[in-house]
Order: sequence, then C-alpha cells, then structure tokens
Amino acid sequence: MCLGVPAKILKTGDATAVVELGGVRREISVMLIDDVSVGEWVIVHAGFAIEKLSEDAAKQTLALFREIAEADPSGDS
Amino acid sequence: MHDRILLSHGEGGKRTRDLIEKVIARYFDNPVLSPFLDAGLLGRIDGEIAFTTDGYVVTPPFFPGGDIGRLAVCGTVNDLAVCGAKTLAISCGLILEEGLPLDTLERALSGMRDAAKETGITIACGDTKVVERGKGDGIFITTAGVGVSVDGWRPAPSEIRPGDRILLTGTMGDHQVAVLVARQNLSIDAPVLSDVAPLSGLLLPLLTRFAGKVRFMRDPTRGGVGVTLNEMAAAANARFVLDEARLPVRDSVRGVCEILGFDPLYLANEGKAVLIVAGDAADAIVAVLRGHPYGREAAIVGEVREGGSGVRMRTIAGGVRAVDYPVGDQLPRIC
Amino acid sequence: MNRGMKYIDEFRDPATAKVLVERIRRDAGDAPVRLMEVCGTHTVAIARGGIRPLLAGAVTMLSGPGCPVCVTPDGYIDAAIALGTERGALLASFGDMLRVPGRTSSLEKEKGAGLEVRVVYSPLDAVTLAAATPDREVVFLGVGFETTAPAIGGAIKTASVRGVENFTVLPSLRTIPEAMGVLASDPDVRIEGFLCPAHVSAVIGTDAYRAVAETRGIPCVVAGFEPLDILMGISMLLRQKKEGIARVENEYSRVATTTGNRKAQALMRDVFVPCDAGWRGIGVIPGSGLGISDAYAAFDAEKKFGIPVVFAREKTACRCGDVLKGKILPADCPLFGNACVPEEPYGPCMVSSEGSCAAYYKYGAI
Repeated sequence: MCLGVPAKILKTGDATAVVELGGVRREISVMLIDDVSVGEWVIVHAGFAIEKLSEDAAKQTLALFREIAEADPSGDS
Repeated sequence: MHDRILLSHGEGGKRTRDLIEKVIARYFDNPVLSPFLDAGLLGRIDGEIAFTTDGYVVTPPFFPGGDIGRLAVCGTVNDLAVCGAKTLAISCGLILEEGLPLDTLERALSGMRDAAKETGITIACGDTKVVERGKGDGIFITTAGVGVSVDGWRPAPSEIRPGDRILLTGTMGDHQVAVLVARQNLSIDAPVLSDVAPLSGLLLPLLTRFAGKVRFMRDPTRGGVGVTLNEMAAAANARFVLDEARLPVRDSVRGVCEILGFDPLYLANEGKAVLIVAGDAADAIVAVLRGHPYGREAAIVGEVREGGSGVRMRTIAGGVRAVDYPVGDQLPRIC
Repeated sequence: MNRGMKYIDEFRDPATAKVLVERIRRDAGDAPVRLMEVCGTHTVAIARGGIRPLLAGAVTMLSGPGCPVCVTPDGYIDAAIALGTERGALLASFGDMLRVPGRTSSLEKEKGAGLEVRVVYSPLDAVTLAAATPDREVVFLGVGFETTAPAIGGAIKTASVRGVENFTVLPSLRTIPEAMGVLASDPDVRIEGFLCPAHVSAVIGTDAYRAVAETRGIPCVVAGFEPLDILMGISMLLRQKKEGIARVENEYSRVATTTGNRKAQALMRDVFVPCDAGWRGIGVIPGSGLGISDAYAAFDAEKKFGIPVVFAREKTACRCGDVLKGKILPADCPLFGNACVPEEPYGPCMVSSEGSCAAYYKYGAI
C-alpha cells in the first residue's frame, strides 16, 4: 500500500518538481509538502512527493547499522 | 506512390506491384528475392536444418534502441541461435493497416534490412496484406527463419546436472522498459535503450570453442528471465538457485522498476540469452562473452543444485525465496 | 551498475543483514514471537527478501490487513463495473485493482468484454485524462490507505481548481490505526508486536500508534521497506518485549516523524470525512474509512451517478478474513494452492501483489 521511492529534486516548478532516481526522471506534484529545493530528497508515491527524506537521519540510521555490525559478538557468523 | 498504405496496395494488382517494386525492393535487394517469384530458391544446403517462426506486434513500432523491423529479424535469428543454428534466410510476412504512413513502413523495412545485413542473412521471400482501418495495429510482421545447426551441438536439457552454472549474457529488462517508456502514458523520462540485437555471433562460436560444456540456451523474451528459467528448470527437471546480488540490472531500469513496482526478473529482453554451462567452464565462457559487444555485462547468476526442481533465489538479505511464474503482465502499482 | 541507488542500496547490505538476523535469533525466546506486519508492502518485501525462513523458529510474522486491495469489498468492484457498463464511464485505476474479483466478475474480465479501463500510475494522470476527453466521464478508482489518500485528495483538488467537471472518484479509502486497535483486542490473534507501515506513518505520524502501544501494551515499531529496515524493526520489537516495555519506536526516522505530514493531513481533512467502512473479512470498523466531503461532492462518483458501494457478505468458503487478521497462515486456508491460485484467485488476498496469499504462493512458504 505504500510503494514509495526516494528521489532527488532536480528542478522545481509551480506545484510540481522534476525528480530523479537512478537516472530516471519524472515530473511529480509537490502540493503535499512545503518549500522543496533542488538537491533535496523526497519520497515519491503515486506521482506525489509525500514527505521529505532527512539526509541527517539517514546517516544516523546507517551509522547505527555500522555500529551494530562492528560490535557483533559472534564475529563472522 | 501515395504517402499512406491503401487497401488497394494489398489487392494484388498494380498498386501491390508498385509497393513491392518501388518500396520493398529498395530495402530488400538480393539475388534470391529480387526475381519476386512465388518462392525463394535457397539451393542445396549442407547440414541439419533448423526452422522457426515468430510474429511481431510491438507498440509503438519505434522505440529507443530499436524498431519493429530490427526486432522481427533479431527475434527469429535468436530463436535459431539458442538452438545452435546459424540463420541462412528468413521470410517476411507483412500485415499493414489501411492508413499506415508509408514512412512508418519504410522505417520498419530499413530496420529489417540493417539487421539482416549485420547478421549476413538473406530475406528470401515475403508477402504483403492490407487490412481495413481499425483491424490491425499499424503494422504486424511475421518472420520464419531457416538455419543450419552447428555440427555436434544440440540443446540438451537432460544433460543439466548439479554443479552447472546459470549464465546471463547481460542486463535484464532493458527492452520492455524502453518500450513502456516509449508508450508515453507513464510520463517517465528514462534513458533506457532496448537491447534488441542478433546473438548468433555471440553464441554460436561458444558451441565449438567450449565443446561439451554448454548444455542448454534460451532467449528470455516475454516473461523475462524468471519465466525462461522456470521453463528451463522444468525441461531439465532440475533445481536452479539464483544469487540476487549477481543479477545484472541497469540503474535506470531499476529506477523505473522501483517507481512502478515492477520486478526486473519478469521483464522482456530481446538481445540476451540464458545459458546453462558446465561449472568448470563458466568463468572462461563469461570472459569470452564479455569480449563481445553484446555480452559486455555477462555474468554467472546462479547454479544448478541437487534436490527437486524449480527456481529459487538467494536474496540480498541472505534468505531464500521461490521464483515462480508470474500471473499476467506486470502493471504499475501503488502497493 | 547495480549500486547506484542512494537511500536504497545502503539499506540492502548483506553483511549487516546477517548480523541483524543473528541478533534477532539471540533475543528470541523458546517460543517464536508473534509479530504482525500491518502493511501489505511489508508483506511483499518480507516475502521477496526471503526473510521468513531466516527467522523461522524465532519469529512468526503474521500478515495483517494492510493491503487496501485485499480489504476492498466485492461490492466496490461491482459498482466500478456498473459505472463503466451502465453509465459508460471511462475507468482509470491503479494496476493493483485489475484482477480483484467482484461478486461475479473483475475489471480485467470485463475489459475483455469491452469495459474501458485505463491503468494509471498517479491519480493526477486520471485528471489529465479527463481534461483530454471532455465528452467522457472519467472515474478514478480511489483505493488506498493514508499513504495514498493525500494523493487522491490532491487530484480532487486539482480537478476542482482546473474545473475538470467530468472527473470523479469512487473512494475506497481506509485508515490504519482503528484496524490495528480491533486486531490488538482480538484474543484469538495474540499479537506481541506490530511492525508499523513506513509511508502511512510518514503521513499520519508515528504518534498515531501510541494508543495501541500504551493502552494495549503492544510494542510498535515503524520500519522502512528495505531488508535492513525490516530486520532492524523486528529486532527493536524483540528488544522491547525482552525489556517488558511497550512503546512506539521509529526505525524509519529518515522519513517518518512523530507528527507526520501536517500539510497532507490538512488536505485530507479538507477533501475527506471519516466514515464507517467495511473491511473484507473483518466487517465494519467504525470511523475507519474516508468518504468525500460535501464540499467536493461533485467529484464523488457514488453521489454523481447514484451507484452505491454495497458492503456484502463474502463468499463463505473464502478465508481471506482470517488470513487478514493473522489468525491463520495462507497455507492453512483449504483453498490455498488448489481452488485459489494467482491465475484463478478466489479472494483478494491471492489477487493483490500485496496479498499475503499471493506473496506466500509466489515467493514460497519455504
């Protein structure tokens, strides 16, 4: 029910933006979010950006994964 | 000549002659076809004969990387190639819709001519029919191909055994994504080219160079690698296990799949082959494939294992899942 | 070539996945912990990732009713078909809906018999279609949860602003928290933790699950859809259980926040009103649906064409309801794999790519 992908804003328009994912571009509506700028990341679902993706929070999550992986007591299991 | 196809072009009279002599003959000029007899005389053929046929109805007829004409030649050449046969000649049956722009026909013929030239095959005979407006989707092409089998090789699914490797000659899904994007009803801008290509030059030399090592080959067209592997596993009554991390897919194809919810395993390819080969020859065969323009992204994607039949896949997460036949076409989804 | 997708590929690292699986197995008790993934997209991601067999014995994943296609009643498909065949409307739909069985037919079957159905990726494409075909009525089949409701609302607003009068929506919108509440209180189901939806949460906010966690004492973790997200989410649930706590935690912090997307919520309040909704297999859950508000009645296909969606009793042999509630696994349904297969589905759980039964069948109960 939630198929949404992270895509980067390439261009902004009126209530629309052009996003890119893996070299693929599509125009989407940004009427559901505020103040998008070029270079920001959003989640795209059914032709709309439904929320922004926080690059900081993503980094923190990945850092947490790295920590867990490195602290693994069972070593190379 | 008019700038559109009329019903009279199919009626066998002067207009038909004009179409053949003034249009078709300009693209398909060779000694077998040019007399425009009722049949193409191929002469004596040395070797065992292979024969195939296919119909081409792709919409739109032109798409990034190819066209219906190129497809009509390559599809048939590839069906013969994966069965170990070098194509000698093909037939060309055209069904044209009244009102088809002549330019569209000429572009398709040009695509066929160029593909035939690239492969060194003869378009030996043909037929043209015209149907009323509304009764045909622009242009349909049917080609039948006659070829000669490489000495000493036959497709041998019964030879497939545990330890054999599953090879793909390149990336999955390029053709179907290119066509989908060309249809323009998804408003996606993706730099994807169809992979449509003739594979005889890529595949046939392997059969002699690696004699006894190539068990079975198929081309993964409709339904993609997923369907083809299921059919091959059933023919061999074997268990195939894929490694998800090794499946070659272009980022742009993945991008379209992620957005629309498609699985690249089930997308059509028109310039790729799946090979089952002996384990001890797999790396060498991949190296040879990668040396060819149509095999640059060739990879070992799995192996044949003991135990049962069907297709499984080791996932990136380290789990295992079944790769079954899909039901119907993939459609853009929200879920 | 396969490593170029940012914010996707990093969350698929196999080495980290391995460690997380070990962590989950260490934290699990003697009996498998019963967790429910609410969202259909999680069901498919788990199946495609081959995650169930990895966790066998440690965790039992129950698949909940988070597949909007699966919980859409027969009557909706019947109404959609009627709009096309009786009122001559051109239907526009997400691909997911095409093979869902109504009482006697499906959109796909009717398409073969002449019903006009166009598959679209976005509800805005349906508005564009309507604008381009002013002499036809275009009805968009508005099915979804809170992830999709704002998009459908956005399409209605766009049609309103642009004056596209031949565009309407036949709504089948449902909301998640009420359904979770019903499941959490069902003694037969015995859920020990909820893996909460990623993008529904991005819209409604993770606080929406506090009632379930705090009053029902069931741990809730919001998780993304990549393999590492799912494994981490499951690990977090097991840790809560081990510590004897029940909170809402958020693994998908890169997108979901506590309060969610306020702008999208405001748009939903503008275009939609909460209503009672019938969920296939569960029954009517009060306040769990979204209808189109009076201000936008002109875009409501039920009102415009007078074709109501009737919530009818399901075919009795179908056990989709129990599968949706996580009471049984797909393989426990007597129809699974024989009378009910993807090519000839008996109920929506097998039709929808998201459905538990389809996921089990396609990816294997290995």
